[in-house]
Amino acid sequence: MRLIVPLRGVIQGRGGLFVGSLIPCCLFYFLQLYLKRRRPPPSDPTELPRTSSRTNLFSRGNSIGRVRVSSRAVPVAKPSDSPYYIGLERVKTDPYDRIKNTDGIIQLGLAESTLCFDLLQRWMSENLMESMMQSDDGEFNISSIAMYKPFEGLLELRVAFADFMSRIMGGNVSFDPSNMVITAGGTPAIEVLAFCLADHGNAFLIPTPYYPGFDRDIKFRTGVELIPVHCRSSDNFTVTVSALEQALNQARKRGSKVSGILFSNPSNPVGNILPRETLQDILRFAQEKNIHVISDEIFAGSVYGDKEFVSMAEIAGLGEVDKSRVHIIYGLSKDLSIPGFRAGVIYSFHEDVVNAAKKLMRFSSVPVPVQRILISLLSDVRFIEEYMTAHRQRIRDKHIRFVEGLKQLGIPCAESGGGLYCWVDMSSLLTSYSEKGELDLFEKLLTVAKINATPGTACYCIEPGWFRCCFTALADEDIPVIMERIRQLRESSRS
Amino acid sequence: MTRTGIYRSRSGTPDSKTSAGNDGGGGGGGTTVMRVIVPLQGVVQGRGGLVLGSVIPCAFFYFLQFYLKRNRRDEPVSESDPANQNSGSYPENSDSSSPTQSELNGLSRSLSRVIISPRNSGAHVSVSGRANSILKGGDSPYHVGLKRVEEDPYDELGNPDGIIELGLAQNKLSSDWVSVQNSIGLSLSVIASYEPSDGLMELKMVVAKLMSEATKNVVSFDPSQLVLTSGAASAIEILSFCLADPGNAFLVPTPCSPGFDLDVKWRNGVEIIHVPCRSSDNFNISVTALDRTFSQAKKRGVRIRGIIISNPSNPMGSLLSRENLYALLDFAREKNIHIISNEIFACSIHGDEEAEFVSIAEIADTEENLDKERVHIVYDLSKDLSFPGLRAGAIYSFNENVLAASRKLTTLSPLSSPSQHLLMSAISKPEFIQTYVKTNRQRLQRIYSEFVKGLKGLGIECTRSNGGLFCWADMRGLISSYSEKGEIELWNKFLNIGKINVTPGSCCHCIEPGWFRFCFSNLSENDVLVVMNRIRKVCITCKSQN
Repeated sequence: MRLIVPLRGVIQGRGGLFVGSLIPCCLFYFLQLYLKRRRPPPSDPTELPRTSSRTNLFSRGNSIGRVRVSSRAVPVAKPSDSPYYIGLERVKTDPYDRIKNTDGIIQLGLAESTLCFDLLQRWMSENLMESMMQSDDGEFNISSIAMYKPFEGLLELRVAFADFMSRIMGGNVSFDPSNMVITAGGTPAIEVLAFCLADHGNAFLIPTPYYPGFDRDIKFRTGVELIPVHCRSSDNFTVTVSALEQALNQARKRGSKVSGILFSNPSNPVGNILPRETLQDILRFAQEKNIHVISDEIFAGSVYGDKEFVSMAEIAGLGEVDKSRVHIIYGLSKDLSIPGFRAGVIYSFHEDVVNAAKKLMRFSSVPVPVQRILISLLSDVRFIEEYMTAHRQRIRDKHIRFVEGLKQLGIPCAESGGGLYCWVDMSSLLTSYSEKGELDLFEKLLTVAKINATPGTACYCIEPGWFRCCFTALADEDIPVIMERIRQLRESSRS
Repeated sequence: MTRTGIYRSRSGTPDSKTSAGNDGGGGGGGTTVMRVIVPLQGVVQGRGGLVLGSVIPCAFFYFLQFYLKRNRRDEPVSESDPANQNSGSYPENSDSSSPTQSELNGLSRSLSRVIISPRNSGAHVSVSGRANSILKGGDSPYHVGLKRVEEDPYDELGNPDGIIELGLAQNKLSSDWVSVQNSIGLSLSVIASYEPSDGLMELKMVVAKLMSEATKNVVSFDPSQLVLTSGAASAIEILSFCLADPGNAFLVPTPCSPGFDLDVKWRNGVEIIHVPCRSSDNFNISVTALDRTFSQAKKRGVRIRGIIISNPSNPMGSLLSRENLYALLDFAREKNIHIISNEIFACSIHGDEEAEFVSIAEIADTEENLDKERVHIVYDLSKDLSFPGLRAGAIYSFNENVLAASRKLTTLSPLSSPSQHLLMSAISKPEFIQTYVKTNRQRLQRIYSEFVKGLKGLGIECTRSNGGLFCWADMRGLISSYSEKGEIELWNKFLNIGKINVTPGSCCHCIEPGWFRFCFSNLSENDVLVVMNRIRKVCITCKSQN
């Protein structure tokens, strides 16, 4: 009896000291142990006996069950259910071509630019091979490109990158090559930063709408959560400190640790440029909460509006706050339109982050021949100047054309000043003002109008009806085709 | 001054405010401070009874757990804030700010913190715990040696006193193919735009052909089962991510490649359990040892998800026979685990004609589908093509799930289009692969036999090596004490006196001290003589000391 109801003995004064102190401890310990065992993959406890029974099967000569992949690989392997990726996949099966496939799907979902290919083509045809084969002393030397080199990028490349970045950011800020790590594209840069700044289960605040790829880049392997901070069309989707504050408090109440704020500037998908004051506010907020700031500035050179782009590096350099919390992501995929080169940069003021990232570049460094090409490309100042001017001018022209076309259909766009896309308010086309209505419209655009645009839900926008349309891979004559398709879609749904 | 005052008041009077933390224990008991401090005394003396006896241990245990948990998760950065706040020197700011911020409750609290922040700016924002562990890692002699070579590299003419690199498995013998291929057709429209990050189909076909060539076309590899990555390191990382969860483990026979630790553990949190092989077995993998380690791990509650092997083995350079591979696959089937076969040196075979490389794909092909799914191969184009700067690796797997997951993960370590096209234009010519494999083999053979002969002349024996870019030398006679310390001492002598960088066995997790890995494919024939002279110098100093 005493064993079964141990506390009764204590209550009645018969058990006393020993039972009274030991038993609660034991019970508590077992509870903790039980909870701990239960938590990781819930299938674990049942797993072991099953395996051994499988071994028995095997010894009897039968074939055995399948070997399992890790539980974290399962969600990765599943086909994505985000409309962003669904759309991209659909375009691959039936891409539009002006001559060969006029009924195909037009791609407005991928932020890539073909506007300045003629300039790049010229440069590459003149310089590509020489730049790759050239070594420091000007003579061809195979080991200068073939052999192992430091993973974080050649110093010449980091110097060239620093110059280039400061040039496109208006020359107001200079970058220190020793704070820089060259990565194989912006995607690994974000992942490595997330890995270095947050532990598994920690979270980043991220203003919505945000770039749908972040979900993959950050969540797949690092286990870092993204906590959306909702922005509204009434503020033109600019984040406010009070919204950040609120999201942070809620997250802390729920017990999750917030390690930083992640945002893109110029923002993706809206295309607006964060004003200097907002950047200062964000940095002050981060300082006060002691969290990191990650600024994704991958579209910094694709600014076409009147608003001036201000880099977070410039704000950090003012010395008002501890700048070691500021980290910047940059890449050449958008601004130089060479996504295939997979060249990105982590720029961090935190020494530990730089050092850890350098070591992690073992897994995603830029091949040395590609680095050689980039060095001569970025150091060709005359070409870069010519290219950047043309790049900005041509985006501006295309933007005007595209927005004007939509305007004639009565479809407004959010105000934007940078990026390769615009943020279109298609709420007038929705059948119901809800997420479902938006996804219906996405499906209709894809199947009936044959246009792939990224719906706001994929970007976690809380207001339905917004779509991101990337216009920089379009030719001028494609724009009327798109407008006509949208017009027909609207008429058919009205009738 | 203010600070000490606060402290004194805290410890002095246990009023309700300062002793809040102890409420659970002290509240029910008495008023004496003594009881709070030594709570169990009351119990022992029979005065506290039931409440104290049961609540206090529970509470203490709970706080202990809580404390441990908090400490583990994150460095308590903001913990010190409250203490600092008390000694603030900005009272005037907190007063002046109050009228300006009447809009929001939440805001006012945050702003009061801003005022403290300038003082806090000394406290750095912390990086994640796992980044810290990476910062600390990678300081083994292997990495130290590589760094030293970087600082003072040997050059036959420019720097004849520099350190010769024998620690890095890179092949300089056959890298001339790139310059031969002058007509590499890179055109912008193909290299600049987005392409599938897991590799172009055309390139995969060529890679599959190259891998078949390594097996003398016994196996035909299916290009659709290939995923291209940026280097073998990320291929192994992606595979171990897909096959094991954090806390799970892989069995790795040792001595093994010094890089595995980083690739498997750093970001994936997967453990490695070494299965030592011994010189008495000629460092062959024994299934009994694997089995024993497997059951031991299971007893400890560690879940083993697979075995990682290298074939040709790194650092010994030996080849696994068909029987070995069958035994391994049987073992994996019996335990229902995966096999990762690291075949990055498949084209770098330098043994005589009998030495035959058998890919595990050949063994897997004879098995049923269910069994194939446990077999995964890592391949490195850049190693075998003497072009490590290109960083091109590949995963070949029979498991659809692993392939699907890996394809997506390659966006995080992609192979850039210029490298893909460079590789493609070079190796897509069918005659190229054949000639390359043949020439490479001849050159490796020549330098290998020369190197081993040289070592033999110094009385140093190597294990039989048929593949890879290195040999595994027995220097047990040269170490001063038969221990890891003795081995590191000798390594230091090689580096400082002999000025050559080699890899000590301890970096490869070899349990027997005194073995060293020499990568000879960096050397020209002239260099071999220089290296031998330098080793002789080290031998002489060792012997004179003994």
